[in-house]
Amino acid sequence: MQLAKVVGDVVTTRKDENLASVTLLVLQPIGADGTPVGRTLVAVDAVGAGVGETVFFVRGKEASYPFHPVEVPADAGIVGIVDHWSTD
Amino acid sequence: MLIARVVGTVVSTQKHRAFEGGKLLLVQPVTLDDQPRGATLLAVDSVGAGVHEKVLIVLEGRAAGEALGRKGAPVDAAVIGIIDRVDAEPSS
Repeated sequence: MQLAKVVGDVVTTRKDENLASVTLLVLQPIGADGTPVGRTLVAVDAVGAGVGETVFFVRGKEASYPFHPVEVPADAGIVGIVDHWSTD
Repeated sequence: MLIARVVGTVVSTQKHRAFEGGKLLLVQPVTLDDQPRGATLLAVDSVGAGVHEKVLIVLEGRAAGEALGRKGAPVDAAVIGIIDRVDAEPSS
């Protein structure tokens, strides 16, 4: 998993039917110091996150597991909203 | 699997139920000579690792879910061991 900031959302009208009830959000991965790392990506949301929040997300087919038995065609998914984190 | 250093902890209230009761660690993958390599990651802890410790992490969903003891968990990384020592020659 990785930390990320939710920086936007994505609206699609025509899409895979298994994406019908899923929220798509734009993520900017961040490092342990909170600064952006790497490229933005689109992720499905399993926890009700919103723009401006810090979240953690999972990569790979595991992103679709929270929506079981619906087989959501996703490769990244938000699985938690971060209250706070600490580093040494 | 990768060698990593535990650099922090993450607290989350609103999360998928598979994470309930688990511990989330911030881990920084490192090279053989202990230099940071790539992005900092979040991994679930299955061995009781703590900050500053050198650990072995697995970066694959199925294996991470098994380490957590929960099938079908939406995880992709887990700490699966605490490293006592690595005997190898750093090359690059």
